[in-house]
Amino acid sequence: MEAFFEWFRWLYDETGINLTFVYDAYDRERMIDGFLMTIWLSLVCLFFSVIIGIVGAWLQGSPLKWTRRLVNGYIQFFRNTPPLVQLYFFYFAVGNLLPKVATDYGGEAPLLGNFAWAVISLSFFAGAFNVEIFRAGIEAVPRSTVEAASALGLTRLQTYRHVTLPLAFRVILPALNNNLVNLVKTTTLAYAIAVPEMLYVANQIWSDNVNVPEMMIFLLFAYIALVGILVWSMNRWERSLKIPGFGTS
Amino acid sequence: MTRILNASAAALLLALSFALVAAPVARADIIDVVKKRGVLKVGVKADYKPYGFRDPSGKIVGIEPELAKEVADKLGVKVEFIPVVSSNRMQFLQQGKIDLMIATMTDRPDRRKVVWIVTPNYYSSGTNILAPKKFGFKKWEDLRGKPVCGIQGAFYNKKTGKEFGAKIVAFKGTAEVYNALKAGRCVAFVYDDSALVAQLQSPEWKDYEMPLPTIDDAPWGIAVRHGEKRFHHFMADMIRGWHASGRILELEKKWGVANTPFAKAMHAEWRYFETGK
Repeated sequence: MEAFFEWFRWLYDETGINLTFVYDAYDRERMIDGFLMTIWLSLVCLFFSVIIGIVGAWLQGSPLKWTRRLVNGYIQFFRNTPPLVQLYFFYFAVGNLLPKVATDYGGEAPLLGNFAWAVISLSFFAGAFNVEIFRAGIEAVPRSTVEAASALGLTRLQTYRHVTLPLAFRVILPALNNNLVNLVKTTTLAYAIAVPEMLYVANQIWSDNVNVPEMMIFLLFAYIALVGILVWSMNRWERSLKIPGFGTS
Repeated sequence: MTRILNASAAALLLALSFALVAAPVARADIIDVVKKRGVLKVGVKADYKPYGFRDPSGKIVGIEPELAKEVADKLGVKVEFIPVVSSNRMQFLQQGKIDLMIATMTDRPDRRKVVWIVTPNYYSSGTNILAPKKFGFKKWEDLRGKPVCGIQGAFYNKKTGKEFGAKIVAFKGTAEVYNALKAGRCVAFVYDDSALVAQLQSPEWKDYEMPLPTIDDAPWGIAVRHGEKRFHHFMADMIRGWHASGRILELEKKWGVANTPFAKAMHAEWRYFETGK
């Protein structure tokens, strides 16, 4: 393993291609942590944004006027503002208003840290789009199917869970796919509030070593790989869910 | 799976073609270009009081903008200030977005590979922290395991993290850092001592201090693009002139910075240029 790392040091000396995150132990550790942070942040945000999408779309169909208005207000707020502005707003404006808690080093810090705010902000951002995506899918389920379900005595929630959502899911997967891919890429914005994800770490490394082109190219490939894996698994899922008349062939 | 592989191959080609496009091409001498254009574009800091910052009207002022203005005057052209930050200043210079960089940049060997740094150095500073007095930090090791704010792209972030074990939380600009420090998101701000001294003069920071011994006292460099030989010579003369006439000391006084040992030493060294003594 050591010889493998040293080969990259040789590569730098010989060609000037400086991949410090391979041969420098400190940079390597940072890069691995950054990579894992990106994956973790993406997974948590993916999870919550889909939950928000499902719940939001259900609430949107609510017979109560104010519930519908509230959901629409949420969608307008998060869809019409840039995600970077939202991150800044949550972290620097809302975050500082929160009650402070004692930290283990004897100081006081606001209740939620940068990772928590990144999750909240990005999940709600992607969630707003997901609500609309889910709504489109739900509206694609034939009215007669829903009526048949209620004729069989299913409640609104039961119909949603067992009839509408499973059918809608097959319609929305391509659009959801798109949005989730976007979400993974949007996690890079978290570097603005110092969440040590991949872009943040790469930025630190290229500032320390002035190897910007190498880090940029590495970043591109890392994201192509990450998003590639996501798209591939979503496509597999899409195919496995296929039923006649719904979903891609 | 093959579809993904094909996509990756296409992306590789794309990345390579970018790398080729970015290869340097022959350029006209920058002094001629600037004179023809009538404007000298200088990259300066806009968030680094008092070296380069925005006054209440939004104009960029400070010690470095004044130096830049003198360069433009000498060339007989107008000056345009382009705000830069630590993480993009060298790239701006390489790409020709700016002709000259006077942006509080520490002169380091690996940076000299990327841009041409003019000797003699025009200024110098070391690293210290700004921290609330209540923590009572005494030595750098006291920062171990604690969150310490920094600026993205500053070289001492790595050292503070690697050697002293601090958890670096780095932001884009100083405004974000000061906000985070005040909110208690970090216990200290690791930065250039020269900037922190100026900050501590304002009453809003009266509960804060700069408690540690300054480390890494290192010279700052003015930079021009690689290969700009004539401009490089021109700037070296400008800097020698500033040191000889005591202009740097004068500007420090004007902007409320105590005269630094470096500026005094350089003045002593180059004084004979003007006075013969």
